[in-house]
Amino acid sequence: MPAKIESIPARHEPPLLRRLLANRSGAVGLIIVVLFVVMAICGMFGLTPYPSVEQHPRDRLGAPSEQYLMGTDLFGRDVASRLIEGAGNSLRVAVLAVVLSGTLGTLIGMTSGYIGGMVDNILMRAMDVFFAFPAILLALLVVAILGPGVNTTVLAIAVVYTPIFARVARGPVLSVKAMDYILAARCLGLRGVRILFLHVLPNTLAPLIVQISLALSWALLTEAGLSFLGLGTQPPQASWGVMLSESRGIAEMAPWLMFFPGLAIMLGVLGFNLLGDGLRDVLDPRLRGIR
Amino acid sequence: MRYPSMWRYLTQRLIAFVPTLIGVSLLVFVAIRLVPGDTIIAMLGTEAGMLTESQRTALLEYFGLDKPAPEQYVTWLGNVAQGDLGYSVRHGAPVLSVIIQRFPVTLELAILAMIIALAIGVPIGLLSAIRHNSLIDLAGRLFALIGLAMPNFLLGTLIIYGLSVYFGILPNSGDYVEFTEAPLRNLQQLIFPAITLGFAFSASVMRTTRSAMLEVLGEDYVRTARSKGLRERTVIMRHTLRNALIPVVTLIGVEMGYLLGGAVVVEEIFALPGIGRLALNAISQRDYALVQGIALFVALNFLLINLLVDLLYAAIDSRISYAGQN
Repeated sequence: MPAKIESIPARHEPPLLRRLLANRSGAVGLIIVVLFVVMAICGMFGLTPYPSVEQHPRDRLGAPSEQYLMGTDLFGRDVASRLIEGAGNSLRVAVLAVVLSGTLGTLIGMTSGYIGGMVDNILMRAMDVFFAFPAILLALLVVAILGPGVNTTVLAIAVVYTPIFARVARGPVLSVKAMDYILAARCLGLRGVRILFLHVLPNTLAPLIVQISLALSWALLTEAGLSFLGLGTQPPQASWGVMLSESRGIAEMAPWLMFFPGLAIMLGVLGFNLLGDGLRDVLDPRLRGIR
Repeated sequence: MRYPSMWRYLTQRLIAFVPTLIGVSLLVFVAIRLVPGDTIIAMLGTEAGMLTESQRTALLEYFGLDKPAPEQYVTWLGNVAQGDLGYSVRHGAPVLSVIIQRFPVTLELAILAMIIALAIGVPIGLLSAIRHNSLIDLAGRLFALIGLAMPNFLLGTLIIYGLSVYFGILPNSGDYVEFTEAPLRNLQQLIFPAITLGFAFSASVMRTTRSAMLEVLGEDYVRTARSKGLRERTVIMRHTLRNALIPVVTLIGVEMGYLLGGAVVVEEIFALPGIGRLALNAISQRDYALVQGIALFVALNFLLINLLVDLLYAAIDSRISYAGQN
């Protein structure tokens, strides 16, 4: 990637969107993500060629055709419709999980970093416990406790991602809180909470935004993975992981059953990854190169 | 911070493990007990309903599950301190021996995946950085993007599909054999799961190598080395690669830590008896002691590998020293 050095502190920085579109990764990522979101919204409102659970017994395991663009599955359900509905389910889970873990993690991380001392020590040791705990085992335990389903998947992903957000949020707070303008705010008699939200948070947003994009890609992957194992979205509801799992054993006869959901997962994850890379380049050049 | 000696540093690090491990064990102890149903029901299935009250009590007492939970935890912790991880109800064997029996599969899989990741990732990353912005670089980055976006259950499914359609074979049909029994057959069984795990891993290795190389190649001392008239090859091998490998070591540490926790999905797809599937089954069978044992074992692995990585830093980068003197 060509290094873009902003030599002069720009007085009128172009809006974020334009800078993002000028970045190759960012532009490609944004386009994929927008397409994915449009597809997901169609899925949520049932705007699919056929109802996603409607079975057409005469057209079982049909190859892609004019009638069924991506073919049909073992029950004669339209793969394209299920793919669209799956996008809706996946996005809902991913967004809810990231909102939950992002809010919680950021609060923990910021508070911990800002207060410092004993509180910081205890909170961060607690986060260490979650890091040492294998993520998949944690997710499996959450599923076992609450029973498989969409809400459980959201929680399982959120539990794993909260400590990551906490770490990401804490780092910049440590450096920002030593800045003169924070001292100035304190001299003005502002209270801690106000300083935290009005003065510290805006200056730590860049790494958080990048992390949100990466977390979304990871949440998509995990949702698909858990559903693949039979622990996430439950059939007959459609999810890309469920579809891929259902293709096992019959993909030899009907490769499209594996091809389309597989491609969808890859493109979805790729889109959020690229968007994350682009955002990082644009928002926070110092972070470039860190995965 | 300075440490008077290496040993002091090591002891401090090892002592710091204790609170983390206690945290992990407490977390899993509570979590597994929140799972609906208990060991007895999971073990006997529908027949559990036919137990009389006294039979049930006797069974609970036998497994030590009749005591209040805090007491169970303290007893368990005391036993762990003496190296006794408890008894697996389902396997009818001590937890430690069940884990140790399954661990070689996971370890071998992790090491194979790491070898594959390094063998693919480092050269591609190196080449990408040296030929920055060339066609090779583009191809390398594309490879990394695909690797990161390809979930292992998809790659695993694709590999099995490819093998069965184009070669008419199914990997792992039949029982798993250990390396010491039949090395070749063992490798045959593990190579595809290892590729599945190693592929995504190699993508992150490639990305890390590339960006670290690019950063180091921009340093002053590299320019100095070049202006001395050293051959490019010497500059890369002697002066750049070594420093660029530090972040790669970190990455490998983190990934190995996760891989040693068992690759649940890949073990499941390829039907391998590793730690991951052991954990999956132990949870669904409410095998309390086994779940606790696995969590503790995996967490310890993770911490030890992190420590090892920190020690490796000191070996690679002479600017870092834990043994004082600086």
